[in-house]
Amino acid sequence: MKYITRIFLAAAVATVTWSASAQEQFIPAIDYRVGPYAAGGSGFFGGAIDYMSLVNAKGGINGVKLVWEECETEYNATRGVECYERLKKSHGGASLVEPLSTGIAYGLLDRVAQDKIPMTTLGYGRSDAADGRVFPYVFPLITSYWNQAAGMIKYLGDKAGGLDKLKGKKIVHLYHDSAFGKEPIPVFEAYAKQLGFELIKIPVAHPGNEQQSQWLQIRQAKPDYVILWGWGVMNATALKSAQRNGYPREKMLGVWWAGSEEDVIPAGAAAKGYSSMTFNTPGNYPVLDEIKKKVYAAGKGNLEDKGRIGSVYHMRGVTAAILWVEAIRKAQEKYGKGKVMTAEQVRWGFENLNVDEASLKALGAFGMLPPVKTSCLDHEGSGAVKVQRWDGKSWKAITPNWVTGDKAMIRKMQEEGAAKYAAEKKIKPRDCSKEG
Amino acid sequence: MFYRESGQFKATYAEDSEIFPIRQDKIGIAVILAIAFLGIPLLAKTGFLSDYAFTAILTPFLIFSLAALGLNILTGYAGQLSLGTAAFMAVGAFASYNFMLRIDGMPILVAFILGGLCAAAVGIIFGLPSIRIRGFYLAAATLATQFFIVWCLTKVGWFTNYSSSGVITAQKIMMFGYTFDTSFSKYLFVLSVVSVMALLAKNMVRTNVGRSWMAIRDMDMAAEVIGFRPVRTKLMAFAVSSFYCGVAGALFAYAYLGTVEPEGFNLDLSFRILFMIIIGGVGSILGSFLGSAFIVLLPILLNMFTHFLDSSIGVDVPSGIASSIELMVFGAMIIFFLIVEPHGLARLWQIGKEKLRLWPFPH
Repeated sequence: MKYITRIFLAAAVATVTWSASAQEQFIPAIDYRVGPYAAGGSGFFGGAIDYMSLVNAKGGINGVKLVWEECETEYNATRGVECYERLKKSHGGASLVEPLSTGIAYGLLDRVAQDKIPMTTLGYGRSDAADGRVFPYVFPLITSYWNQAAGMIKYLGDKAGGLDKLKGKKIVHLYHDSAFGKEPIPVFEAYAKQLGFELIKIPVAHPGNEQQSQWLQIRQAKPDYVILWGWGVMNATALKSAQRNGYPREKMLGVWWAGSEEDVIPAGAAAKGYSSMTFNTPGNYPVLDEIKKKVYAAGKGNLEDKGRIGSVYHMRGVTAAILWVEAIRKAQEKYGKGKVMTAEQVRWGFENLNVDEASLKALGAFGMLPPVKTSCLDHEGSGAVKVQRWDGKSWKAITPNWVTGDKAMIRKMQEEGAAKYAAEKKIKPRDCSKEG
Repeated sequence: MFYRESGQFKATYAEDSEIFPIRQDKIGIAVILAIAFLGIPLLAKTGFLSDYAFTAILTPFLIFSLAALGLNILTGYAGQLSLGTAAFMAVGAFASYNFMLRIDGMPILVAFILGGLCAAAVGIIFGLPSIRIRGFYLAAATLATQFFIVWCLTKVGWFTNYSSSGVITAQKIMMFGYTFDTSFSKYLFVLSVVSVMALLAKNMVRTNVGRSWMAIRDMDMAAEVIGFRPVRTKLMAFAVSSFYCGVAGALFAYAYLGTVEPEGFNLDLSFRILFMIIIGGVGSILGSFLGSAFIVLLPILLNMFTHFLDSSIGVDVPSGIASSIELMVFGAMIIFFLIVEPHGLARLWQIGKEKLRLWPFPH
């Protein structure tokens, strides 16, 4: 009985401390640190939490401190939904949510609209969610899969000496045989028709640790480029198979899920010269130094291995947190500086985000991510990507400028997809001219 | 003392063949149903239970119970090992979606039943190898279902209405002009479907069909000799089991997740449901519910417990380590329960009942 009383007391104390800290902006971190995708989850959420710690160390957003709570999802949709439901009302209510998992994001799609909590899906999820009229609460910030695919073609075109030079070339789309791998196919097909290159689609069954027949096909086709739209163990296997089959890695271009240290290091020397897409420019930035100095030196760093600071996933997490913080800052400008924003107000902040080069410079992240400017119509805000090459030790950016594909074409496709979704779900799209 | 059936006489044939022959069981079930249908809603009305309990705990628990029940019919009662549960759920979900999408004014319950029937048809086709092979070999053969269905749903755009992301978004659940859109109403909807189907299953396993399944499970040669047709019996088990899984899959999509991708119904999910029946009790309706509770709820409780330690007592564990410890404790508990009671949690209840029957005078 004594113990039970003690537990209740402790719980009561905990609740009191929570309500006392109601002046804080709460961000739930529904992350995954165990299981097959732990490398990505721990890096990304480690980065996001590190940046939030930095913001707090510097006094918060106009004095409002950030507070977060982690919840383990194991990359499992059921667990993710549970975490979201558990955390959405704690600490005075969640300001936003970012699951970094397609499955969980789909499970939350209806829920966030009902609970009026904005959800960011940085670089994954439905490409057509960029249409803010149909998806008011979803923000596929920076770049969706479709714009990334368009960026890939643009880069390959530039490499060949102009988009028109792609005529008659052969491009293999080597993809993870799932919804994820099939998502860019409409974009590639549209480009193939427009530019006159031959698109060869070769699926790899999950998990992709066996690619003999696929690479035999590639060897026979002798393509000019191979796009690697892979996931997990499939990436390292593809690189090793390419080496075995004598296909130059310099002609291979990966999706950004195939572009982290965790993807290339297992392939060893076979990965050297391979390039992939990214929405961060690899390198060191003042903001990362600041994280090292103010967060890790104070023993508050989230990563257990300090060597991962600035790694691809860590930097993506920092990028995500920068955008969250800027959205909250933007919302404060409209609804009152130094106040805790509601989720609905943060949503407005996301929709009116304007992170330009000047503000990136002020944040110490100039060049790390492309400028992001969102609107009611466009929840993506950028569409720009970069290409990076693995030199055997680290990733190096090989495109000096941000690459964007045919944004008008992608926008049209996104609008079509969103309109179909709206028709199926009987949603009436918002009228953006009436949004303030 | 509490569970004595002495003094309860069966005077008619009907009384003798009731689903719950002992009065205590009848009262027990009535109490459980009353709590589920009336007690929990009352608690919700008075504010003791939040949305969280319905949408994150009770609804998935019920849905997975139904899926486990489906697998239990096949594996526990008919003795056919299957690794295709998630695939049958996927068929149910995607078929219901397509019926709702393509036929105007389709009632949702009919769509669910049709979805279940589609799953049953697929179950019969993939159950065909069971005529010739058994045990682990059959499990390997049903593995094909798992991969084929997920591949097929990704490959053929028609199933997802040519969605570019390859996902389906469940339509609203509407019946008689009422929309089930709150977590609470969805809970009641799922609870009604699951209760009816669980009672049906409970009844079915006592009928000729259920007995024939058990005969096949215990010794198929002997069953054949005494006149059960193995082909029909096994395929029947596949059909009924897949029907249950299909409806569970449809509920999973409609009442729980909302938007689902074929990848969501992967082998991992099949294994989880298989573990549910192994831990809950193979060949027991109650076991399906207990197993589902164990697999769905225990990790959440563990997670909450570490959070509790973290926030109130101030034991600061790095989150990566905390998650790993949770996983290890969960695994250790599975091993513990299987060593203590290899026949599952349902068997523990069985033993408890025996004890209660004699208690407090064991001799």
